[in-house]
Amino acid sequence: MVTQTKDTQPIWEYLKEIPDPEIPVINIIELGVIRDIKWNDDELEVIITPTYSGCPAMQEMEDDIVKVLNKHGYTKHKVTTVLSPSWTTDWMNEEAREKLRVYGIAPPMKGTADKGVLFGKMKAVTCPHCGSGDTEMKSQFGSTACKALYQCNSCKEPFDYFKCI
Amino acid sequence: MTKEEALLEYCIRLGDDSLILGHRLSEWCGHGPILEEDIAMTNIALDLVGQSRTLLTYAGEVEGKGRGEDDLAYMRSEREFKNALLTEQPNGHFGDTMARQFYFSAYYYFFLQELVNSKDETLAAFAEKSLKEVTYHLRHSSEWVIRLGDGTEESHQKIQESLENLWRYTGELFMTDEVSDMLAKEGIGVDLTQVKQKWDERVKQVLEQATLTLPEGTWMAEGGRKGVHTEHLGYILSDLQYLQRSYPGLKW
Ligand SMILES: [Zn+2]
Repeated sequence: MVTQTKDTQPIWEYLKEIPDPEIPVINIIELGVIRDIKWNDDELEVIITPTYSGCPAMQEMEDDIVKVLNKHGYTKHKVTTVLSPSWTTDWMNEEAREKLRVYGIAPPMKGTADKGVLFGKMKAVTCPHCGSGDTEMKSQFGSTACKALYQCNSCKEPFDYFKCI
Repeated sequence: MTKEEALLEYCIRLGDDSLILGHRLSEWCGHGPILEEDIAMTNIALDLVGQSRTLLTYAGEVEGKGRGEDDLAYMRSEREFKNALLTEQPNGHFGDTMARQFYFSAYYYFFLQELVNSKDETLAAFAEKSLKEVTYHLRHSSEWVIRLGDGTEESHQKIQESLENLWRYTGELFMTDEVSDMLAKEGIGVDLTQVKQKWDERVKQVLEQATLTLPEGTWMAEGGRKGVHTEHLGYILSDLQYLQRSYPGLKW
């Protein structure tokens, strides 16, 4: 049994052990789904927000959080889901974006969330393989809810783009 | 009718719209005309079913009788479902599905834009979250309507026919009654006349761009909001509910 303090800082560290189930190169803190961690008397509450309403990975993340908390000796805890403020790719930091790129997924462009997505022109996405800006969207919907499918016109490789929301 | 009763009914209607349309789209899984569209339609289905879970869970809380999302999705009968008739219409060919999706997404997009300002915190948060997803749905279906309308002679004729056939189911989306009036007045629900105006504009604009003709029929079918459905819903429910009806309470 680990000695528990009312500090939440170590818990933020522990939760970094949990990879995104669908994109294992980034952890759930980097993904931005952990909104808050707090103590309600002797109960620990982890507040999460879904990336997409129907994202099947959310349940897995919740189970993983419970496992990690148990592993580190926290016995009384709960995971709560909130919808507002709604998750945005803007919460992903530079380091996480770079990890995505190296993994072969074009990272979401910053600050474009919600803008011009309805009928405006989509911004050019850079190919994560060769760095070319000459790319083409093949489908707005990709292998998971959070990605779109692109192809590079220079190196011809298809790739996933982590789309902005 | 009390405010709570109206709110319960409102959540059921919204939740059923996304559940039934989500189920319809999921029927495309493995049958899409091309892989990208198979993935797109199932992704949209996933968003809608996810949205429905939020709403039906909330409906259960508002009702306060201990019913959860699964009880409401799997154990209600046809007459207790309050989805709009449009959402239960068969998939038909790809153009039929895109026409249905376009009509619905255009409505839902402008509906959610208003619902974001709801005085009900849960509905407002739900709308904020869902609006981002539905923006993609509307973009996707609009692009297909344009591409098919402005495509070959055959695709043009087919999508025009799909839009005509489904037109009679669009009026119900904007019909008001005691429930919608009461909640709109309370600042919880949405003023549907505003949504209708924006919907009209959007549909007109997309059809023009698609070189298609705006359907003119004025007779509109209704019944879904009262639990009176087309024959199609029963078949959906027998598929959707089979497992829980046969083995009540079964868990993975
Ligand atoms: Zn490339």
